[in-house]
Amino acid sequence: MALKFTPFHARTAPLNAGHAWRRWAGYIAASSYELVHEREYHAIRSAAALLDVSPLFKYSITGRDAAKLLDRVITRNVAKLKPGQVYYTPWCDAAGKMIDDGTVSRLGENEFRMTAADPTIRWLHLNSKGLDVTLEDVSEKLGALSLQGPNARAILKQLTSADIDGLKYFRLTKADLRGVPVTISRTGYTGDLGYEIWMDADRALPVWDALIDAGTPYGITPCGMLGLDMARIEAGLMLIEVDYVSSHHAMIERQKSSPYEMNLGWTVNLEKEWFVGKAALEAEQQRGPEWSFVGLDIDWDSLERLYAEVGLPPKLPAAAWRVSVPVYSGAVQVGYATSGSWSPLLKKYIALAHVPAQYAKPGTALAMEITVEHYRKKAAATVVKTPFFNPERKKS
Amino acid sequence: MAATWDTIVIGGGHNGLVNAAYLARAGRKVLVLEKRPRVGGAAVTEEIFPGFKFSMFSYVVSLLRPEIIRDLDLPGHGLHILPLESTVTPMFNGDYLAGWPDHDETRRELCRHSLRDAEAYDEYGRLMHFMAHAVRPILGMVPPDPTSMAPSDLAGMLKLGKHFRGLGAEKFHALFKLMTMSAADFLDEWFETDVLKATKSASGIIGTFLGPRSPGSAYVLLHHYMGELDGVFRAWGFAKGGTGSVSESIAGAARRFGAEIRTDATVTKVLIKDGRAIGVVLENGDEIRARSVVSGLDPRLTFLGMVDRKELPSDFIGDIERFKFRGSSGKVNLALGALPDFTCMPGHGPHLRGAMSISPSLDYMERAYDDAKYGEFSREPYMDIVIPSLIDPGMAPPGKHVMSIFVQYAPYHLNGGWTDAKREAFGDAVVNALARFAPNIKSCILHRQVLTPLDMERITGLTEGNIFQGELALHQLFFMRPAPGWAKYRSPVKGLYQCGAGTHPGGGIMGASGRLAAMAMLEDRA
Repeated sequence: MALKFTPFHARTAPLNAGHAWRRWAGYIAASSYELVHEREYHAIRSAAALLDVSPLFKYSITGRDAAKLLDRVITRNVAKLKPGQVYYTPWCDAAGKMIDDGTVSRLGENEFRMTAADPTIRWLHLNSKGLDVTLEDVSEKLGALSLQGPNARAILKQLTSADIDGLKYFRLTKADLRGVPVTISRTGYTGDLGYEIWMDADRALPVWDALIDAGTPYGITPCGMLGLDMARIEAGLMLIEVDYVSSHHAMIERQKSSPYEMNLGWTVNLEKEWFVGKAALEAEQQRGPEWSFVGLDIDWDSLERLYAEVGLPPKLPAAAWRVSVPVYSGAVQVGYATSGSWSPLLKKYIALAHVPAQYAKPGTALAMEITVEHYRKKAAATVVKTPFFNPERKKS
Repeated sequence: MAATWDTIVIGGGHNGLVNAAYLARAGRKVLVLEKRPRVGGAAVTEEIFPGFKFSMFSYVVSLLRPEIIRDLDLPGHGLHILPLESTVTPMFNGDYLAGWPDHDETRRELCRHSLRDAEAYDEYGRLMHFMAHAVRPILGMVPPDPTSMAPSDLAGMLKLGKHFRGLGAEKFHALFKLMTMSAADFLDEWFETDVLKATKSASGIIGTFLGPRSPGSAYVLLHHYMGELDGVFRAWGFAKGGTGSVSESIAGAARRFGAEIRTDATVTKVLIKDGRAIGVVLENGDEIRARSVVSGLDPRLTFLGMVDRKELPSDFIGDIERFKFRGSSGKVNLALGALPDFTCMPGHGPHLRGAMSISPSLDYMERAYDDAKYGEFSREPYMDIVIPSLIDPGMAPPGKHVMSIFVQYAPYHLNGGWTDAKREAFGDAVVNALARFAPNIKSCILHRQVLTPLDMERITGLTEGNIFQGELALHQLFFMRPAPGWAKYRSPVKGLYQCGAGTHPGGGIMGASGRLAAMAMLEDRA
């Protein structure tokens, strides 16, 4: 059995100059289209990047009790989610530990769409006992594109009469995109101005073609996962199985994280009557979380000094990394970074890290391990607020 | 009248703004006075034709110090430097030479021209990387005076001596060669492909009145190579929104730190009392007092234009009078209705997103210089061409383009002087030279702006239109820039400082002079 192709494969495959594919949820996804991914990253921040995000798991949740089901599952308050609105949200097990994070869109009063990084249909079923809902895995039925970057809005406006100007952050609209019915949500994984476009898989190619056609004068650039990874780290956005372990996959208790420990306290609504994990999260909120998920700004002078010791200029990986790297306070390892990248925009070396709560305050001086010519060294690092980069246009 | 300001910065060019931002960040009350309606000096973006934005003068960013970007949070003020990824040189025989962002692609391309050069290219790159790495700390350091016995100078020389000794014999010798040879001779030691040498030599002549076969041009090669050193991260780039956005972002940072920036405010004179700068006089006669004054203008404008001669020692005046400018470059900005089609590489491929270098042979380059040596603009000039709208579509209306052509040589001291007719003749020469390689160019042009060194001087103030505020010639670098004994941002007048590219380390949108001057001023508690 081979990996699956997304509905856009006929377009993306010929563009992939280096045959640089990776796996994503059983599909192949482009790592980068050009031989060097840097320009694809820059397109996200300076023009518009077009990403095939079809491998996301997508679920349709409909019926009289659809809202009730989701309210049981996710940490946010679904009663307040208006039709046409989208939530970013985690969902937890009964112990308040994160299973996954994703989005929930309210397409209508009793009609929702959920996206997830992991298969979630069983979890939804388990929680739907006694409820009048219909669950459907629409992952393969829907194609999805992410159009991210400052020119994204101008490009979409060429293609649809839907009110793109009026579409606010984390809102969605149905639209006709050059004859193809689509849903456009103002969402993304880059922390920039951006949209995601959802359509029937068999109408996927005309949407790609229309976007490339209208987007070319605006610098639209197909972008793979390498470029995206750099942008999502700048945006301080976490990745499952990289930055945290799903409680459904964790082998031991300490591998798990709660939303509070992942800096997602803002998504936990303790006001609502009940949801999976509420009691545990309430207790955790009372005593305060033990861990925190923070941004690290790795001090450049410190890197220069470490490399100068061996007669080299600082040499950083050209792509974002996704491994666990020790974080120190003084001589003691207190935490670990899970993602990091050079930010070409900020000219900073940045990382996302787990540290005990007492080290989470912005400005805290820590150190991160760095391997210089095979030897492990410590580079000075400062805890900073995330997102590292947060342009006004994201929400304006 | 008591001083209202701690510091007045004369000139809102990028170095003046960097200086102001660092001083303001340290809590100083700073006022920047810029004569033009907008800040930026030679780093400005202007809409010279409706809908088309141009980096009017300076057009690429390579050397902007990353620590400045970080210290001042310039990305938070809108700065985004986009990579310029490739260089393509069209040749007279219809072929081309290209350098691509991918190493294998470049090597394969070089192999078409010479298998030996393809291998030498990596070794050359490695050496230049080391050399740039060796020299770069010097860029971030206040130049010590080798003739001075002051502890700080001795310590500086010692540090430098150690640094050079640490290079080892091989690299030290390479550095010596770079400091003394011509770019052409230096490249001859490495390569056999003429068009490769010609294209590489181009960065040895930019902004100088030297040809690729003039001794001293190899150093300029290195100076430009440092731009590629942010190392693993190619740093040659194009600022989104044009180079004006570099200036605007620095101005934004300076304002956030509390600096005040006034445009349309021309300073005519530095006020000096008892040998100490106490403020400035504006064109309208207003006097503004400050505890210190720093000039971002070039040394000639500052010391010969704004300071009474009696306030300066005569040997210093002599040094400044002898400081060489000799602007040698022009700029042609084109608004294009369609993209150029290069005979050597037809169509709209990725080559148009990088630089197009009109440097088909070393002889071509040297002949271009020959014209200039005898007081004419080059009939067939060297050109560095970029199409910023392909990198940042916001520079032109959708589907249309802007083209920036840096041209050398266009001597400031043209036989008979520059006239409108000569400017246009120069513009024609540029377009004709380009048309040899991209025949459709003439039909694409919607608007043409031609800037001679005289125009640059008139608009920005840069003396003789020298883009580096004084030639990057060896005798004008480091502790000699701009004058021996006065290379540390200070001047013979107490409280009067210099922060422009006329000081170490010099030109390019680097900001280092502005920053180092601010450090010197803070050290003096000025």
